[in-house]
Amino acid sequence: MSEIETFYDVMRRQGITRRSFMKYCSLTAAALGLGPAYVPKIAEAMETKPRTPVIWIHGLECTCCSESFIRSAHPLAKDVVLSMISLDYDDTLMAAAGHQAEAALMDTIEKYKGNYILAVEGNPPLNEDGMYCIVGGKPFVEQLKMAAENAKAIISWGACASYGCVQAASPNPTRATPVHKVILDKPIIKVPGCPPIAEVMTGVITYMLTFDRMPELDRQGRPQMFYSQRIHDKCYRRPHFDAGQFVEHWDDENARKGYCLYKMGCKGPTTYNACSTIMWNDGTSFPIKSGHGCIGCSEEGFWDQGGFYNRLTSINQFGIEENADKVGMVAAGVVAGGVAVHAAVSALKRAQKKSQDKVED
Amino acid sequence: MSDATIHTPNPNAPHPMEAARLTGDATAADIESIRKRTSVYVYEAPVRLWHWINAAAILVLVVTGYFIGSPPPSMQIGEAYQQFVFGYIRFAHFAAAQILTVGFFFRLYWAFVGNHHSKQMFYLPIFNRRWWSEVFFELRWYMFLEKEPKKYVGHNPLAQTAMFFFITLGLTFMMATGWALYAEGAGKGSLPDLAMGWLLGLVGNSQKLHTLHHLGMWAIVIFMIVHIYAAIREDIMSRQSIVSTMISGHRTFKDDRVE
Repeated sequence: MSEIETFYDVMRRQGITRRSFMKYCSLTAAALGLGPAYVPKIAEAMETKPRTPVIWIHGLECTCCSESFIRSAHPLAKDVVLSMISLDYDDTLMAAAGHQAEAALMDTIEKYKGNYILAVEGNPPLNEDGMYCIVGGKPFVEQLKMAAENAKAIISWGACASYGCVQAASPNPTRATPVHKVILDKPIIKVPGCPPIAEVMTGVITYMLTFDRMPELDRQGRPQMFYSQRIHDKCYRRPHFDAGQFVEHWDDENARKGYCLYKMGCKGPTTYNACSTIMWNDGTSFPIKSGHGCIGCSEEGFWDQGGFYNRLTSINQFGIEENADKVGMVAAGVVAGGVAVHAAVSALKRAQKKSQDKVED
Repeated sequence: MSDATIHTPNPNAPHPMEAARLTGDATAADIESIRKRTSVYVYEAPVRLWHWINAAAILVLVVTGYFIGSPPPSMQIGEAYQQFVFGYIRFAHFAAAQILTVGFFFRLYWAFVGNHHSKQMFYLPIFNRRWWSEVFFELRWYMFLEKEPKKYVGHNPLAQTAMFFFITLGLTFMMATGWALYAEGAGKGSLPDLAMGWLLGLVGNSQKLHTLHHLGMWAIVIFMIVHIYAAIREDIMSRQSIVSTMISGHRTFKDDRVE
């Protein structure tokens, strides 16, 4: 593998100074939650290790993951990781097209057999033999299976690859299926979000390239360092939640004061992501900071959890726009009514029996 | 109904309280006790204490749980750092839940060391056809199709079924889902997470777990309505004491007929 250049070589070729390179290493260490002692280790790994190639394929998706990725706040992260990836295969970002692009994919797979990381954006639809998503004249599911066969590990970018996202929302007409339900024999890292945060994406790739191993994953296969806490746990509006100060309407005084959006259907309490700490667009803002609740885009089946603006999930089995409270109240009301009627009949029966007993006496 | 009593030796009388003995509800010792005293010590002090602590915990859990799902109107007592309204509501919910959990495990323990009746809530003799016919008998009593209910020492078969589904299984479901949700805030590696965090991984989106937990609350509310109504109604209309039994522990009978 000696002919493969190191990360450092790639960076220097991109015109990045050593000083900037060291800055990048420090920032990456900080983003990954590592101590200062790791900075030289990251630098050393990037200087000496041959870079791991990444193949980036696109299934049923909207390219918002790619859009997020190329907006990675730290320009270095973008330059470095993006240039490394586009060197191999990414049909959205690469210069090649058509047969050339497909040839590039085959070349990369052949050359780095068992060594490359496969990044999947979007998912394969399985209905009609996968005909709902065609790449290079073949169903995407075939490309996915072929590329996965020789991959070292797979990254599922975004809600599509991780959970299915909008195309898998009920009733899921194309049977869009998340990657981990199609590829069963490879280690898969889910990086959910619609899209995932750019720094999270570059952070995951950098971690894997630097340390040559998978980041620590949680029960659902998400990297712990970014997905171990809820938006709610680190939300700057949390004190208002604990105080019981909520936005009641979008245009009320509480909204202007920046109170908690819990009642407006904010899904922060059930959403695992790093938005409230890393934020978006170079740490500028995130939905809650701009006055809109979290829609829970990095959670499984977030399209099917009722309205984005309702606290309680609607339960459509009981009719459109019902929620647990409405269903429960109706059920409790019917039972209470039944009990009242039953009590009345019981009393009548008892009175009847008493008068009968009297007659018999 | 025969006029035979169970107080006087009566070899021709049928086996007393046959239906109640089916589920182990009336033991030989119970019947002996009725012969002498017409009251049976059914609910031991720990069971009674558990019942009322459990009832109080459920009451707190239902009220606070409803508010957690649908918060009360915003309050402006002071700045956010000066008030902790929703925090206290959640604290009460979590504290009551911990008491309920400890109580439930204690009650489970008591089923092993307590008297015969303390076990009745935890199993259903579903493979016994006679038991089923007694469930339907009790149902018919509630549908006004039977003139008179039978005598029971502990739970009647229908009550036993309700206890089993709403308390034994129902509370288990609420504790499992509740502790899984609590694990989200307690964090990875915490005790609740180690105990119930697997449920979060299984369900995927914990919003679903919130909804299930919420529906569970309404199931318990419905149980409460039926339970309190049935207890009062039976106290008036059945042939034994009900409400006072959960206070004194003694079941007294209003007549001395055999069945």
